[in-house]
Amino acid sequence: MNGEHKCLAETNPFTPHPARIVRSYHLTKDVKFFQVRFVDMEEALRFDYKPGQFAMLSILGAGEAPFCISSTPSRPGLLEFCIRKMGTVTSALFELKENSFIGLRGPYGNGFPVEEMRDKDILIIEGGMGVAPLRSVLLYSLDNRDQFGRVAVLYGSKRPSEMIFSEEYFALKGRNDLECHLAVDADDTGKWTENIGVVTTLFRHLKKVDPENTFALVCGPPVMYKFVIKELIKLNIPKDQILMTLERRMKCGVGKCGHCAIDYIYTCLDGPVFNYWDVLHMRELI
Amino acid sequence: MRILKLQKKDLFPLLKVISREAELWAPTAKGDKFAYGRVLDFSRIAMDAVRTIIPPKKIMVPSLFNMFNFTEKGYQEDLSHVTDRILFGIHPCDIHGLLILDKLFSQAYLDPYYLEPRKKTLILGLSCLPDAYCFCKSTHTDIIEEGYDLFFTDLESYFLVWIGSSRGDDLIRLAPDFFDDKLTEKDIQTYTKWQEKRDNAFKTTVNFTRMPDLMELNYKAPFWEEVGAACLACGSCSMVCPTCNCYNVVDKLFLGNKPGKRLRHWDSCTLPEYSEVAGGENFREHKSQRLKLWYTHKLQAYVSKYGKPSCVGCGRCLVTCPVQIHVKSVADALEGHPVEAFWKKFAQEVSK
Ligand SMILES: Cc1cc2nc3c(=O)[nH]c(=O)nc-3n(C[C@H](O)[C@H](O)[C@H](O)COP(=O)(O)OP(=O)(O)OC[C@H]3O[C@@H](n4cnc5c(N)ncnc54)[C@H](O)[C@@H]3O)c2cc1C
Ligand code: SF4
Ligand code: SF4
Ligand code: FES
Repeated sequence: MNGEHKCLAETNPFTPHPARIVRSYHLTKDVKFFQVRFVDMEEALRFDYKPGQFAMLSILGAGEAPFCISSTPSRPGLLEFCIRKMGTVTSALFELKENSFIGLRGPYGNGFPVEEMRDKDILIIEGGMGVAPLRSVLLYSLDNRDQFGRVAVLYGSKRPSEMIFSEEYFALKGRNDLECHLAVDADDTGKWTENIGVVTTLFRHLKKVDPENTFALVCGPPVMYKFVIKELIKLNIPKDQILMTLERRMKCGVGKCGHCAIDYIYTCLDGPVFNYWDVLHMRELI
Repeated sequence: MRILKLQKKDLFPLLKVISREAELWAPTAKGDKFAYGRVLDFSRIAMDAVRTIIPPKKIMVPSLFNMFNFTEKGYQEDLSHVTDRILFGIHPCDIHGLLILDKLFSQAYLDPYYLEPRKKTLILGLSCLPDAYCFCKSTHTDIIEEGYDLFFTDLESYFLVWIGSSRGDDLIRLAPDFFDDKLTEKDIQTYTKWQEKRDNAFKTTVNFTRMPDLMELNYKAPFWEEVGAACLACGSCSMVCPTCNCYNVVDKLFLGNKPGKRLRHWDSCTLPEYSEVAGGENFREHKSQRLKLWYTHKLQAYVSKYGKPSCVGCGRCLVTCPVQIHVKSVADALEGHPVEAFWKKFAQEVSK
């Protein structure tokens, strides 16, 4: 009798769709960049995402894990990921050669409210792996430059060798339609020409901010948030215009497995992007 | 809604007719407890089972099953746990439990692994009388108005049978001769008496309307530390709760050319590895934090979303937790009442 209960693959939200690694290379020692393309063109067209959304990647035999989409929907065709080697899934992914198959499903989560952010100034503050979700919104705003006001980026890394997408960011410094300030906590090369210090030290280089008209987007290691938010509050940016992405363990991405719950919020459905006002009301985070 | 009368002697013959359509599952005795299982011999059905060890969620989503077979060619969904079933003997609280799971597994995305078996399962409810641990009256889940195909109320020598769906009606049509649609004044009196008797039989109560506020106000109350210190992090409370839906997924490879399997198994937020994220960071390292999440979900979260708690008053956590951390003892602590539970004694012992 079981045969007739087959539910179509399209309707099973857990089905990983075959995709191919088009290109992959190291960004730093333990962070790799992946360009991925769906095997089925229809699937590629159906996959309509917003900056800040994430996808579940399946590596045959190793398992499945959530990753932010680092590319921008304004450059369709390829999906890009920026991934740090952590454990089982990510290690297996690092071993895969170009042209290998992986499974992909999504896009999931709320993403950044790009419609609401229209005509507003964008201030991006990022550290370490925080570039993974924020690169998407940065590239999106640059591709749609006329839809946004000022764009400014403050980006901190531990050391020059740990700076992710360093070429891309140095290239941004040459543009005159955005501000880009870079820092490392410490320079062990002697060749670093930018700022030295934690990311918050970059605030003093920032041109005057129009707080009511600014969306601040923050992503980085947990320690970073407290200090960055203090600076943003000092600048009088409204709490609901300070956006951040939260990371929780996720096993399904679609609100079923319960793993990503904070209080009554499912990070995978209601997040991963939250504003600071929301976060203040999540008891577990205070 | 139609209500019919069925003589007790006709129950097994009726089950015989309708179980030709699908597997019959019902509670059967397991030692001095009860468990849902497939029944071929109807005399094994435990008509007096108050609660089964594991709720009927296990019939929809087994504690462990395969989601996908995978090879280099891709992922092939496996829905082999789906079969046509008739679930007989399920009480109102557990039907409410399924209604809550229905919401969870169909909000935003449809989960076929739960919803397909659910669609294929006919629900034949059965009335019950509470024991000392039942408190479904407090959760307003003591009666059921939707979510069943047939519901049998046991009135000693006969049943009143409620028809709750057109599929239920189809079952009746398979054996119309067993049923009598003429209810007398006396039948109604008998039923009203039975209802009164049942209403008065509840011994445990919990004031749920107060719980959301009390959870908020007591978020930092010291008793959570005591609860956390005593909890064994065994996860039993989640396994037995009819509204706990959390699960984990693991991929398994096999030797030779066999396809790999993506397995899904029940999980519990009371287990230590539940909330770990990249870099070994754990947002809920302490057991007290994890239990707060559990109780936030049971007593507060669902209330703010759907206007009622996600506890259906089945009493399973009351009879299961080895250190007596359960909805009743936590509610007592939240209300500032004296708590007799083991975890309180444990806390007193330790602080000596
Ligand atoms: C919405 C979201 C977006 C993310 N985006 C990115 C990204 O763009 N790039 C990136 O490198 N990483 C990202 N992560 C983190 C990434 O999902 C984890 O690093 C990955 O799951 C680790 O899997 P693993 O099998 O390699 O490690 P495991 O072998 O599972 O474990 C290694 C470590 O990671 C922890 N861990 C296990 N499972 C998870 C999980 N599902 N989520 C988080 N931690 C886990 C373990 O506790 C352990 O400390 C994101 C996570 C979320 C929730
Ligand atoms: S919390 Fe306890 S009493 Fe309530 S439904 Fe779950 S197991 Fe039953
Ligand atoms: S609360 Fe009780 S049943 Fe639940 S994990 Fe702790 S000891 Fe086990
Ligand atoms: S990841 Fe499963 S519920 Fe959010």
